Amino acid sequence: MTTILSRLFFFAVALFMALPLIVMVGVSINEKQTLAFPPQGFSLSWYGEIFTDDGWRNALFASLTLAALSAALALLVALPLAWFLWRRVAPWANIFQLLGVAPFTLPPVITALGLLTFWATTGFYGQPWTAVVSHAIFFVTLPLVTLSLGFSAIDRSLVEAAATMGAGDRVIFRTVVLPLILPYLVSGYAFAFVLSLNEYIVAYMTVGFTMETLPIKIFNALRYGYTPTMASVTVLFLAIAALVFGLIARFGDLPKLLGAMADER
Amino acid sequence: MRREPPQRLADYGPLVFPAGMLIVFFVIPFATMIAVSFFERQQGGFYQPAFVWENYARFISLFFGKVLGFSLVLAMAVAAACVAIGVPFTYLLSRSVRNVQILWLVALLSILSLSEVMIGFAWSTLLSRTAGITNLFAYLGLMAGPQALTPSFGAVMTAMTYQALPYTVLVLYPALVRLDPTLTEAARTLGASPIRAFFTVVVPALRNTIVATLIMVFIFALGSYLLPQLLGRPQHWTLSVLITDQAIYQSNMPFAAAMAVFLVLVSLALVGLAVYAGRRREAA
Repeated sequence: MTTILSRLFFFAVALFMALPLIVMVGVSINEKQTLAFPPQGFSLSWYGEIFTDDGWRNALFASLTLAALSAALALLVALPLAWFLWRRVAPWANIFQLLGVAPFTLPPVITALGLLTFWATTGFYGQPWTAVVSHAIFFVTLPLVTLSLGFSAIDRSLVEAAATMGAGDRVIFRTVVLPLILPYLVSGYAFAFVLSLNEYIVAYMTVGFTMETLPIKIFNALRYGYTPTMASVTVLFLAIAALVFGLIARFGDLPKLLGAMADER
Repeated sequence: MRREPPQRLADYGPLVFPAGMLIVFFVIPFATMIAVSFFERQQGGFYQPAFVWENYARFISLFFGKVLGFSLVLAMAVAAACVAIGVPFTYLLSRSVRNVQILWLVALLSILSLSEVMIGFAWSTLLSRTAGITNLFAYLGLMAGPQALTPSFGAVMTAMTYQALPYTVLVLYPALVRLDPTLTEAARTLGASPIRAFFTVVVPALRNTIVATLIMVFIFALGSYLLPQLLGRPQHWTLSVLITDQAIYQSNMPFAAAMAVFLVLVSLALVGLAVYAGRRREAA
């Protein structure tokens, strides 16, 4: 009786989570330019449109570039910070850990508006690179958390052995630490990449009028009329996210990573 | 190698870049925003340095009170709904086979990372007249004909719950995994039904986690800015929408900044209050 009830409950939640996505898949394979569901006819041309239409292709390219660069910059900020906190006893340095987590915890509109006023005041408003910096700061939380977990998992006796044999900080980092934290480095990058790809408000407030990322493009397109391409982009992005998180789960310990993230908040 | 305090100045080297980036691009923008909230607005969307309380004084209006009240009630309703579904769901999830857990976690993370624009678009399609769920209801004979379910409060509420539920589950998951299974086993041995054991053992044991999660989801829901815009009427706009609207479309940066500062204060105050309440209940 209880098992049936819990199965039913699981099914209901699954259905709720899946319904909008099922409709998206259905709409994206319509033959004509209508948002019909169930779909009328079958065509994958709306997926092709993402790559053949100039507007969509440029937006996809802008999004991918922004995500790749901002995630890399986030990693560059997070790695030395996480290393320092692991290597040194400096309680006051934890304030930077807190600063790194803050933008992600507050409502996003606050970070977005702060950056908007900042870029406007400094005169860089609208430059594409400002979006890279903005996203890197907004998402630095993710590599910071995964790396902190990675460092805490390092067996200190390994490092101790290397130090006894005369290795300095640099050599130890390259030969012992880096190989051990590599999986956490990769997953931190992946988390930041996927979230940057989908982020709307910070990108919109910093470069919304000069650059079109895919989420911005979809939002703008919503005002001029719906096309099935919007649905195909949604399905594509969902597939990218599922692939990335699936790989992290396959090669890493997803439950443990999530545990570390929950503790940070 | 043991952890040791920095000895030479060069030991601080690695901290320079991260600290510099966070100060320049987070602390200073935050301070700029606070400063702008006291600036004076000029004609044509510009603003000039000043120190006026005018932007904050605008809060004391019926319109603003309504928006704020609506934002808070909406966020609370979403948080309550998410926790009501999320706690039993995550509990059952943490008791399933590991592969099932991983599958769900990947799916929930994927949906959580999905752009708010896309979630809004998906729900507006699902609730539309032409491609929506009402077509199915009409086909099954539950409804006379398909009809549009947006814009409406129900649509905003449903989509926001959809957006926040994966977040809720992921926040709850680690705590529920760590929950000692012998607790419920003991209750079951003593003759409690699984549902009774859940409410009398699991829920009380997790009281503080549940309060903390409620707050996290509440803040998460406060941040929603596109769903109320895409699925609701103007009276369903939240503070986040209003801030964006003032900053971008009305070109009133000082007022937008003042509202953002206010939103920060409200979020922090509520967190403090709830943490205090959680502690007191724990002590009692």
